[in-house]
Amino acid sequence: MDNEQLTHETRSFVAHQFDDLEQQKEAGTLGMWAFLATEILFFGGMFMAYFVYRFSYPQVFAAASQYMDVALGGVNTGVLLVSSLTMALAVHAAQEGKRKQIILFLIITMVFGTVFLVIKGVEYHHKFVEHLVPGFDFHYEGAEPGKSEIYFILYFIMTGFHALHLIIGIGVLTVIAVMTARGRFTKEYYTPVEISGLYWHFIDIVWIFLYPLLYLIHVHK
Amino acid sequence: MSTSGSENHTNYLNDGYGVKSWLLTTDHKRIAILYMISITLFFMIGGFFALVIRLTLLSPNGTLVSADTYNKMFTMHGVTMIFFFLIPSIPAVLGNFLVPMMIGARDLAFPKLNLLSWYIYVLGGIFTLSAMVLGGVDTGWTFYTPLSSGYSHTNVVPTVIGVFIVGFSSILTGLNFIVTIHKMRAPGLTWFRLPLFIWAHYATSVIQVLGTPVIAVTLALVGFERITGVGIFDPNIGGDPILFQHLFWFYSHPAVYIMVLPSMGIVSEVVTCFSQRKLFGYRQMAFASMAIAVFGFLVWGHHMFVSGQSVYAGMAFSALSFLVAIPSAVKVFNWTATLYKGTIRFNTPMLYAFGFIGLFTIGGLTGIVLATLPVDVHVHDTYFVIAHFHYIMVGGAVMGYMAGLHFWWPKITGKLYPEGLAKFSALTLFVGFNLTFFPQFILGYLGMPRRYHIYPPEFQVLNVLSTAGASILGLGYIIPFFYFMWSLRKGKVAGNNPWNAKGLEWLTPSPPPTFNFDKTPVVTEEAYAYPEEDLAGG
Repeated sequence: MDNEQLTHETRSFVAHQFDDLEQQKEAGTLGMWAFLATEILFFGGMFMAYFVYRFSYPQVFAAASQYMDVALGGVNTGVLLVSSLTMALAVHAAQEGKRKQIILFLIITMVFGTVFLVIKGVEYHHKFVEHLVPGFDFHYEGAEPGKSEIYFILYFIMTGFHALHLIIGIGVLTVIAVMTARGRFTKEYYTPVEISGLYWHFIDIVWIFLYPLLYLIHVHK
Repeated sequence: MSTSGSENHTNYLNDGYGVKSWLLTTDHKRIAILYMISITLFFMIGGFFALVIRLTLLSPNGTLVSADTYNKMFTMHGVTMIFFFLIPSIPAVLGNFLVPMMIGARDLAFPKLNLLSWYIYVLGGIFTLSAMVLGGVDTGWTFYTPLSSGYSHTNVVPTVIGVFIVGFSSILTGLNFIVTIHKMRAPGLTWFRLPLFIWAHYATSVIQVLGTPVIAVTLALVGFERITGVGIFDPNIGGDPILFQHLFWFYSHPAVYIMVLPSMGIVSEVVTCFSQRKLFGYRQMAFASMAIAVFGFLVWGHHMFVSGQSVYAGMAFSALSFLVAIPSAVKVFNWTATLYKGTIRFNTPMLYAFGFIGLFTIGGLTGIVLATLPVDVHVHDTYFVIAHFHYIMVGGAVMGYMAGLHFWWPKITGKLYPEGLAKFSALTLFVGFNLTFFPQFILGYLGMPRRYHIYPPEFQVLNVLSTAGASILGLGYIIPFFYFMWSLRKGKVAGNNPWNAKGLEWLTPSPPPTFNFDKTPVVTEEAYAYPEEDLAGG
């Protein structure tokens, strides 16, 4: 095997199928980008549905969006943006090989992610109380309840899939934090930290589109 | 011919025998075998449904099964064959086995992900199978709304969950191939030295990665619609069923190229080997694969000419659909030109490759007929469409799979299949296939609609011919199953390179060692560098 020529220290990081660390890094990074391409198309299907109905029923969507809690959504946007910053700081710490800092920033990132989910849960609860969850005793006061129901089901599916991604993201970061604690990364090799960061930023970006499209259609009545 | 690979060398097959050594393997070759077994199982299940369909259609009155059962039969035939057999067939079996070997790598870039994708496939299969056992599903494999989301009283939800899940197996396979082909080529193996099998899989992987998530989310929406009873596609509250069709075909049309592109790759390997010629027009062939993948994403609307999309959209989609014919024709012409002045050997893989070229041409030309907007209005949803896509999917994709299975069987197992019997069954398959599906072109043109279990008596003769053909076709599949099994024990030892083929996979012993090559190969020549070089141009 070609691996035999590598020194002992680097060998433990290089998986058997790769020739060297460089190849392994590049493969991991490209793999994540390809996965994000899949993710964009996954959300793309939902965004397509959103745009078709938004352009078919602009007034209905504007009216239904009045029921969104712009303040909570705004706070959540801030929370996610800050979490992206702390994620970037974790990657930066990894570049410098500062193990404790990596773990610290990963934990802060996960806490922000959890705060987002809690706030999202509060919003969902409000909708449930107000009978605005399609399929669960849906009752809408405004005009065109049917078309408004399409708005609300899109809201729940899109933000729901986003939240699911965030939950998976927190799981991924947990694994990365444990791997960091076990000394699996060095200054030379921290690709898993970096590509988990890519995934986290992707989740953030999806929300950056979701928030204005769902909450800010027509803020002033 | 080298026969240095003795039966007793350490290889991926004798490297551990326990169940665990198979179910927890990360060896791409073993995972390929796992896939081979699972897709064969689904092929048999799908074949059983086809059998019931053909037997029912023997009589115009539909005496064998009720109309409802018949609806379930063609639905489950389509779902099984498309999502659980055709799409994974070549990429997950032969691609999995050969992509790393052809590029001189020890494994795919992400071996654990590769194993995970098989488990995802199995999980998806379990959902869909349980939907079938619990009473089946009757929406058609296309799951058109609002039938699927509201009116059908069958197991739509478990079926779409199964298809949703299995999609991720396909995505992960594609992702693995893309990264592997980009990053793990042996020294000297530049992009334009790659075998066309690799180019074909690269193009396929792009479609898998970009197309599959769209159908996944679309079917998820259908599932939510059924569960909550609130429809995104429900016209009663202002939803748009046509939107479902757009999203569905955005994946499901390119999916046809997921099925047929890898077959084209196999045909390029087989035609060059069995004519001992350099491929005519290598670069055009590589670009044609990519062009098919790209154009494939721009033509989905030709499935919706009569669905209520705008006439102008229909005209644009019609024109774009014609474009696909160009790279497809480039391929057919180049394979044919490769044969010119070649030393042609009519081994079984070559017979299947010839079968592919002929049948794919018929399927492709009738595709142009269907892409022509005014003609499609006449033959839409008739047996003409059924015949057309079976010529592409069975005549094209499955013929290619059979060609590849025979071509690489000696590499995979180290044993040769019985050539005479294999040639006979290839011929049987070809005759059976044409007898099954050619009459359906005529039936469709005369106006027999698809998806009905009864039909006017004047169509009976053609339907009986088709059913007779199907039984011959079935025989053409059963014979290889048995002689492949037989060859595992009794077949002659193949040696490293029984066909005198070019390509890195033939340099290593058969069956290959666990890490494929004892030493990473260095590539110094173009693909298909067969000895005589007197062919000008290319």
